[in-house]
Amino acid sequence: MRRAHFKFSWIVPALLLPQLLVIFVFFYWPSVQALYWAFTLEQPWGGGNTWVGFENFRNIMSDPYYWGSVRVSTIYALATTALAMGMALVLAVFVDRQLVGSRVWRVATIWPYAVAAPAVGLAFQFVFNPGAGIFSYINAVAPGWWDLSKYPWQAVTAIVIAGAWKQVAYSFIFFLAALQSIPRSLIEAAAMDGARPMRRMLDLQLPLLTPTFFFLLVINITDSFTDSFGIVDTLTGGGPFRATELMVYRIYADGFRGFDYSGAAAQSIILMVLVMALTFIQFRYIERRVHYS
Amino acid sequence: MIERTPILDLLTHLILACGIVIILVPIWLAFVAATLDLQAVNSAPVEFWPGDQLWPNLREAWMQSDFGPKFINSFIVAIGVVVGKIALACITAFALVFFDFRARMLIFWAIFITLMLPLEVRIVPTYAVAANALSPFQTILDATGISWLLKTLSGVEVALQWNLLNSYTGLILPLVATATGTFLYRQFFLTIPDELVEAARMDGAGALRFLWDVLIPLSKTNIAALATIMFVYAWNQYLWPLLIITDRATYGMVVVQLSDLVPDQLTTGGGTPTWHLAMAATMVVMIPPILVVIFMQRWFVRGLINTDK
Repeated sequence: MRRAHFKFSWIVPALLLPQLLVIFVFFYWPSVQALYWAFTLEQPWGGGNTWVGFENFRNIMSDPYYWGSVRVSTIYALATTALAMGMALVLAVFVDRQLVGSRVWRVATIWPYAVAAPAVGLAFQFVFNPGAGIFSYINAVAPGWWDLSKYPWQAVTAIVIAGAWKQVAYSFIFFLAALQSIPRSLIEAAAMDGARPMRRMLDLQLPLLTPTFFFLLVINITDSFTDSFGIVDTLTGGGPFRATELMVYRIYADGFRGFDYSGAAAQSIILMVLVMALTFIQFRYIERRVHYS
Repeated sequence: MIERTPILDLLTHLILACGIVIILVPIWLAFVAATLDLQAVNSAPVEFWPGDQLWPNLREAWMQSDFGPKFINSFIVAIGVVVGKIALACITAFALVFFDFRARMLIFWAIFITLMLPLEVRIVPTYAVAANALSPFQTILDATGISWLLKTLSGVEVALQWNLLNSYTGLILPLVATATGTFLYRQFFLTIPDELVEAARMDGAGALRFLWDVLIPLSKTNIAALATIMFVYAWNQYLWPLLIITDRATYGMVVVQLSDLVPDQLTTGGGTPTWHLAMAATMVVMIPPILVVIFMQRWFVRGLINTDK
């Protein structure tokens, strides 16, 4: 809270208006409209929407493919988060030792953040393709063993690895920043007490990373729900047998290929609630519980 | 730290090297594929060493996807998002921090909430709004009876229409409509000492003058940080442009072009997949944001950490 202010005048609304207009038109209105569509159904011959209550939600819930989509989204979220954060943590802890060349290591880890999701998907589709990718060796011995377009578990593995690959940089940046903000004096004190580097890592640095860890946990899970579209679209296209239809991909497929706006809107609402719940947990519990000063 | 740990140092380098190899291998393989010809790229086992076809492949991929105008489009959109976001973030945060008025906290929260739902989650209704950006106002006028009133009074039918499909505005505006940046600016403005405000007022500077002559020069690092983040964010957009741009020849962006290059039944028609061209195009598309991140690394990291996104 500031003490010194400028006097309120017409300038203030003029400054706020552009931002408020943009978020009203492109954020609040669509969000409300999603609610409206989720509870109504468009008439087949035009003439507006009729109120159908929870009918759209019931339809989704009774669709086994929707539960398949929820299942694979959960697997994707947990697996990419675990892989990406694990790797990022190891790399960050060792880069933080600041040996010769640590700046090179740092840049080498950061740049994948800049690669677009569909580019990642396409590159990994090549890497994992059964004919000439890295698994072509196995396929030479056991023909047809590896084929993304045939085996669901292989397709899921592929999108998890591609997703994790893309997420490593983000977590790494945050872990490294958190490690570097640990006061030097603390580490020096531990060193003087005779704690060797590995001991300091385990007993001092890692515990101090807890807030960052939980922050990244929530962000990574949220991102995996929203940011996965490009990877899925270019890597598997939702297949085989709809095994990699993550939730956002399904919303897109239902809404824009199936023209089922109401069904897509109902799914959007479910996803919105999920993302908001995660964000809420983030602000409400994690930020409060894990706090050192 | 002043201690000798030769074994641990070696181990550190080894672990880091392993990590980098894991990160680099997929892209290296993609790069190698971009340097081979059609036959070599499709013959097992996988090639680990580049061939000599990089330049012809790049040229053909470039021609095939008509990357020229698409690169210009991508740059226009990225620059538009960067400038729009920074300008909006700056003036909004300024109004929220340096003025005291009743609705301040309400507006703050209204903007803050937009952080919670990314564009991908509300994609279907946002698309509907983009088809007619004035439809919210039309609906409000209809619902409140104002359009009926106008029609009976003056005979003018209110039909607001502003189609954003297939336009730069449609690509840029929805990407600007979130609060990232506003918060970065707010954090920064909160660190400006009150004395500076008082001094400016004593010198007779108005609010806008203070913003332009004092705050904006002070926030140069902020601008750099935000600009790098937003450039990468806008350049890499995929789902949104994929939806609202049907006229790809005029308004297509490079990243979206990748969706046409997926070598499946649709594009190859059962023929040999043209991996070498797909990978060459992937390389081309990846380069600009990677360069931004590497050269602006300091600002980029700073921006990422401070915006939490």
